[in-house]
Amino acid sequence: MIKEYKTIQEIASPLMLVKQVEGVTYDELAEIELPDGEVRRCKVLEVEGDTAVVQLFESAQGINLAQSKVRFLGHPLELGVSEDMLGRVFNGMGEPIDGGPEILADEHHDINGLPMNPAARAYPAEFIQTGVSTIDGLNTLVRGQKLPIFSASGLPHANLAAQIARQARVLGDEETFAVVFAAIGITFEESEYFIQEFRRTGAIDRTVVFSNLANDPAVERIATPRMALTAAEYLAFEKDMQVLVILTDITNYAEALREVSAAKKEVPGRRGYPGYLYTDLATLYERAGRRIGKRGSITMIPILTMPEDDKTHPIPDLTGYITEGQIILSRDLHRKGIVPPVDVLPSLSRLKDKGIGEGKTREDHAGTMNQLFAAYARGKDAKELMTILGEAALSDDDKQFAKFADAFEQEYVNQGNEVNRSIEDTLNLGWELLRILPRTELKRIKPEMIEKYMPEA
Amino acid sequence: MSGTITKVSGPLVVANGLADANVSDVVRVGEQRLIGEILNMTGDSASIQVYEETSGLGPGAGVETTGMPLSVELGPGMLENIYDGIQRPLPEIRDMTGSTIARGIEVPALNRERRWQFVPTLEAGAEVVGGDVIGTVQETSAILHKIMVPPQLKGTIKSITGGEFTVADTVAVLTDAQGVEHALTMVQRWPVRIARPYAQKFAPNRPMNSGQRIIDTLFPIAKGGTAAVPGPFGSGKTVVQHQLAKWSDVDIVVYIGCGERGNEMTDVLMEFPELTDPRNGEPLMKRTVLIANTSDMPVAAREASIYTGITIAEYFRDMGYDVAVLADSTSRWAEALREMSGRLEEMPGEEGYPAYLASRIAQFYERAGCVRCIGSDEDRRGSVTAIGAVSPPGGDISEPVSQATMRIVKVFWSLDSSLAYARHFPAINWLTSYSLYVESLQPWYEATFGADYMKNRSQAMSILQQESELQEIVRLVGQDALGASDRLTMETAKMLREDFLQQNAFADIDSYSEYRRQFLLMQLILQYDALCRDALEKNAPMQKLFAIPARVEIGRAKSVPNDEYETVYAQIGADMTAQIKEIVAGGEEQ
Repeated sequence: MIKEYKTIQEIASPLMLVKQVEGVTYDELAEIELPDGEVRRCKVLEVEGDTAVVQLFESAQGINLAQSKVRFLGHPLELGVSEDMLGRVFNGMGEPIDGGPEILADEHHDINGLPMNPAARAYPAEFIQTGVSTIDGLNTLVRGQKLPIFSASGLPHANLAAQIARQARVLGDEETFAVVFAAIGITFEESEYFIQEFRRTGAIDRTVVFSNLANDPAVERIATPRMALTAAEYLAFEKDMQVLVILTDITNYAEALREVSAAKKEVPGRRGYPGYLYTDLATLYERAGRRIGKRGSITMIPILTMPEDDKTHPIPDLTGYITEGQIILSRDLHRKGIVPPVDVLPSLSRLKDKGIGEGKTREDHAGTMNQLFAAYARGKDAKELMTILGEAALSDDDKQFAKFADAFEQEYVNQGNEVNRSIEDTLNLGWELLRILPRTELKRIKPEMIEKYMPEA
Repeated sequence: MSGTITKVSGPLVVANGLADANVSDVVRVGEQRLIGEILNMTGDSASIQVYEETSGLGPGAGVETTGMPLSVELGPGMLENIYDGIQRPLPEIRDMTGSTIARGIEVPALNRERRWQFVPTLEAGAEVVGGDVIGTVQETSAILHKIMVPPQLKGTIKSITGGEFTVADTVAVLTDAQGVEHALTMVQRWPVRIARPYAQKFAPNRPMNSGQRIIDTLFPIAKGGTAAVPGPFGSGKTVVQHQLAKWSDVDIVVYIGCGERGNEMTDVLMEFPELTDPRNGEPLMKRTVLIANTSDMPVAAREASIYTGITIAEYFRDMGYDVAVLADSTSRWAEALREMSGRLEEMPGEEGYPAYLASRIAQFYERAGCVRCIGSDEDRRGSVTAIGAVSPPGGDISEPVSQATMRIVKVFWSLDSSLAYARHFPAINWLTSYSLYVESLQPWYEATFGADYMKNRSQAMSILQQESELQEIVRLVGQDALGASDRLTMETAKMLREDFLQQNAFADIDSYSEYRRQFLLMQLILQYDALCRDALEKNAPMQKLFAIPARVEIGRAKSVPNDEYETVYAQIGADMTAQIKEIVAGGEEQ
């Protein structure tokens, strides 16, 4: 028999203080029933003696201290999981909102998950062809990786994420795939764009959507990505699927976290975000990966908007420290009309080295990748110098590097959202562009490779 | 002695009824017997940090003290193993609970079933003091594990037996001055927050060879020294740490993955058994102990992981070994301190970090050093070298963790994101990094390689410094404004950067470069500089000098196989001399 308490002492949204409770435990899920019968969910943040500090997931509007009842449910927030979730749309708390029937859950899982044992991880090493040159060629994504997109307001991150979701495949592989999409505080339009994209490509039947839109309760956003990851873990590690998780937008998630932290009067860290933001984000991101003895995998693409385009803002900064690289979008390239506007130099995939080369992509991949990076960096420096001093001040070599940088942006980066390039196309295009440079400058590539792929005319 | 929980707030639990417990005692919390440690006591009420997730814990649940501070088990079986922050073996946890880490698991750190061949080195009747070696165990093919008398004991060996034993079996009996008998096993327990004793500490004077050119040649670290590697994300901190763990010429490596990525630890676990130590041909894993408390694992155990790691390192040091401790990343450890401090409602210092942050960081690094070990043999020396990664928010090292670290460490390898963007790896900035060991290591370098090694070093540093000044000018007025000699300085600096400092951690040959090879490569570049300078004085055309074929050869010198480089480098040197001579001769003819 679950006890009901009518002892709410205080509500300061999103927190609530309940007195004279018994047997309440940390992180327990609770329900609050309003006088009109409406039920809202909340969870225990702290319990001291007979007082519990409870966090509401929804608004506190209309709660009457004297007449509302609180029930503690004896378990943490859970998600009922089942394969039937594929093709369905849920709200941020995991309840179906597409008008379909309730999910008959196979199992109920705590949405916080459990930390993965590092000794039980399998190292991600299978190349995923996304069909996007700047990713495949230079910042290669592998199965089980977490690779965020650092975007900013007004940049087309949604298009890039949808393009990846649409085109991504592992070469020569017939595994079943699934997409788990979590909309975290984004607009209806953006969410709808993704859902339409999934529909257009037929992926919708293999997609689970968790949707917390901008006008949904902010605090619910703390649960939304965890719901999505719980579903993803079930599909990947119990149903052997290759799951791609898209979380957008992590910035909204961090703001919800800050709201709760501020309400709890915690000592703030940088920019008012709680000191545990790193640890908290890590408990999301680290749920990506592969496990020894399991066929499935979770590949994660979180999207975040950098406030003021600032990469050192705590959200992108801490994300970058946890994730295995980052794809950064550039406002300059976007203005130039380059699609997708991937800023190649600060972008990085940490796991690329194990996923490329002979037997995975092609033997010349590593060398050309390093060469393209180095040459583009030098070309950009040369162009900068050119704007200050004029073209005449450049050495002949530098002029060629500047020319290379332009061609690289126009042809390699600027491929459009609809073009799906195979890895061979991407690598060959790289060689094509390297021809602009003097042969002696190709120091990063083994001479045998240059002979083979760029024979002297 | 047991108490009752009154408050739960994340990893912080408050319980009363614990009047008999001591500060720092390990306690068992709740029905699941979660592991915790007492931080503070007020009356009979204790603030406890719990090393596991506290979800489901509430007031009324029991707390039991073990009466012991947080300790590690030290003995055979640690090498090749991977532990969490409080020394629970992760492979055994995997066998018990699958891919995730469930709560309240109790597993001894050292396997109790595995048998080791114990070879006594003493006989009954021997007088021993703490630290004396009573026998050995060949723990891995690379490491001979020395079984020592625990530091606090001394007396006479009453009996000692060789043979196959588990770590918990008695291998010897010691009678102390009071006539009390102590059974000695192969395992010792030691509280992690207390440094293990040593007889005497020395200033370090031998370099730790890392096989990384920028480290060994420009910013060397001594065995027993301390270093910090700060850098923004993506600048290659972890690769630098991995390279040091792989190639350092120490006997034992303790690698602490503290609040970092799970896949990085998996990478080490997969890669190290495959790699061989260039010095003895043994797999690198045979000398490695891993501590992994990844970022998704409980934050309180992350705080402990640093101490667990350094205590294990000190234990191997006591055997007379050189040990390197690599902590990645100390910033995450500091954040764990901050989180607990916040929950304890302590008055925050800078950026919310507790006021004792700097002293805790200093205490950690001070446990490094070169020592004469305790024991009756006078000449057993060991060292602990501590190298910590620092992850400053936004790459800005004005923050408290970086600053507190810089005050204490002697070597600073500053990673630079702009170098990383240009794929210049390792992205250690040669202008902002420093090593305070250069002077104390100079005698060693001179005795080993003659006076030239250090002379080359200072010349290279000066060329790189001049380059950065010249670049300022080039940025303002263009390259043509420079004189020939300055142009040459820029060219040499470019060669130093591209052909010497850049080193590919993922290339088989280039990943590790021995001293001699570093020395010869540096010689070649400086020889080029000297020859060209000479030629320019004789009015040789600059562009021709910059374009000689030997330069391309120097550019490829890094990938010459290890058994050929002596001859190949000599050949490049000869070719270069000839080519420059030719240009000089041609210039004079015109």
